[in-house]
Amino acid sequence: MTLDAKFLWFFAAIAGLLALASIIGWLLAKRATSESAVATVENLNQRVNAWWGMVIIFFISYQLGGNATVVLFSFISLFALREFITLTPTTLGDHNALFSAFFILIPLQYILIGTHWYSMFTLLIPVYAFLLLPAIAVLSQDTEAFLERTAKIQWGVMICIYCISHAPALLLLDLEGFKGQNALLLFYLVFVVQMSDVLQYVFGKLFGKHKVAPLVSPSKTVEGLLGGGLSATLIGGAMFWMTPFNFWQSLLMSAVIVVMGFLGGLVMSAIKRSLSAKDWGTMIKGHGGMLDRMDSICFAAPIFFHMTRYFFSV
Amino acid sequence: MWISNALIAVLRFLIGVTARWEGPPDLTRQRIYYANHTSHMDTLAIIAALPREARLNVKPVAAADYWGKNRFLRYISQQGLNAVLIERNPAPGQNVLEPIFDVVRAGHSIIIFPEGTRSNQALPAAFKSGIFRLAETFPDVDLVPIYLENLHRSMPKGKHVPLPIICTIRIGNPIPRMAGEDKAAFLERARDAIVRLST
Repeated sequence: MTLDAKFLWFFAAIAGLLALASIIGWLLAKRATSESAVATVENLNQRVNAWWGMVIIFFISYQLGGNATVVLFSFISLFALREFITLTPTTLGDHNALFSAFFILIPLQYILIGTHWYSMFTLLIPVYAFLLLPAIAVLSQDTEAFLERTAKIQWGVMICIYCISHAPALLLLDLEGFKGQNALLLFYLVFVVQMSDVLQYVFGKLFGKHKVAPLVSPSKTVEGLLGGGLSATLIGGAMFWMTPFNFWQSLLMSAVIVVMGFLGGLVMSAIKRSLSAKDWGTMIKGHGGMLDRMDSICFAAPIFFHMTRYFFSV
Repeated sequence: MWISNALIAVLRFLIGVTARWEGPPDLTRQRIYYANHTSHMDTLAIIAALPREARLNVKPVAAADYWGKNRFLRYISQQGLNAVLIERNPAPGQNVLEPIFDVVRAGHSIIIFPEGTRSNQALPAAFKSGIFRLAETFPDVDLVPIYLENLHRSMPKGKHVPLPIICTIRIGNPIPRMAGEDKAAFLERARDAIVRLST
């Protein structure tokens, strides 16, 4: 199959799935009578509509080329970090450090991806930002909770910029017999992560009984995790035709993506709770904030990136 | 109009400016919006939070020593934001509030910051007496408290670039009017209405 053919099949399949989801949502909305059922179905339909929006944005960014995808993810990082910092109690003394994070680090990190400067892309945040952000903050001489403030900003920058940027960084990998098709790998990652989230939600709603970690995330159930996780892994395996992997490799990669995505959701949920919030924001109707949608990607993208690079690059 | 629309678009992109209304507002009545004041974006943030039809009739009150400082700021504040500029340090015998009284008499709604200056705290400082004199003179105008959340974090006093931090504009119901209330009690009650919105 040519690149264009794979791409069209992929998006046609997603459009089909979403159309199916929209029809089911419409039928459920007609049948729902009790107040809680109406609320659940309304939230479901909001989610499906938001999915349409997100898929269309991805579709357009692909048509505009690799740089557009990099720019798209830089905005995702910006909105994610905005949500993270909004919930984090930073002070006046952090203003310059935060300014650097938002307006210097985000553009720089994505320019490094756009210009294929791999080594700097992996070092910029863990080395340079790690040392320079507290150095900038210390100049304002506010020592009150300095370690806590620094650590929180550090975490926000790692999760929202560094981790998320590993998704579009797939575009800079040089893979065996896969030249010019890396965008498909990015879609593969995003698709498996989101399928896993969606299927865990569906299985959880249909069969969920036993909670995995009720104190962290009341909505995650063992049934949802197993049913959703396994089916997402299988679907991911079956998508091997759009990757440089064979079926078994694809199955394993999907399993890693699903597990990391699940752990990401759990950890980010714990952080949200420790900042005493229920949702990260309100940007994406039905889903909450940008980080509510990206939490699994944050954890899955860097591991998927490095495993692919280690085992499959030229 | 295009100036304020462009400024509002930039502000939405950076700091969100979501409006949260305590109750459905009666926008047919003349209103005095009063808020805590922490940044140069406050006026614009409130305008952005108001429904389009309510924006047309609203005049924010701004300090002439900042918003009239040069031609650019004067143009933005008067053409873009439709502001009334007042002198914070008037010549002896001149009434600071006179320009405000004029626009309220003319039927406009206004936005004022009763602290008279920006603070770097989440909660407002003590109010100056201006809002008391307005309330006394115009007993039939609604007094609407507004709490500006997070604007002191986005662009605190002394900083010139706003950080992208999500700011929420909490707009309360009009505070009840009490005949014969003395100045201190009124100012305290008006301030409490904002503090209550902050939680």
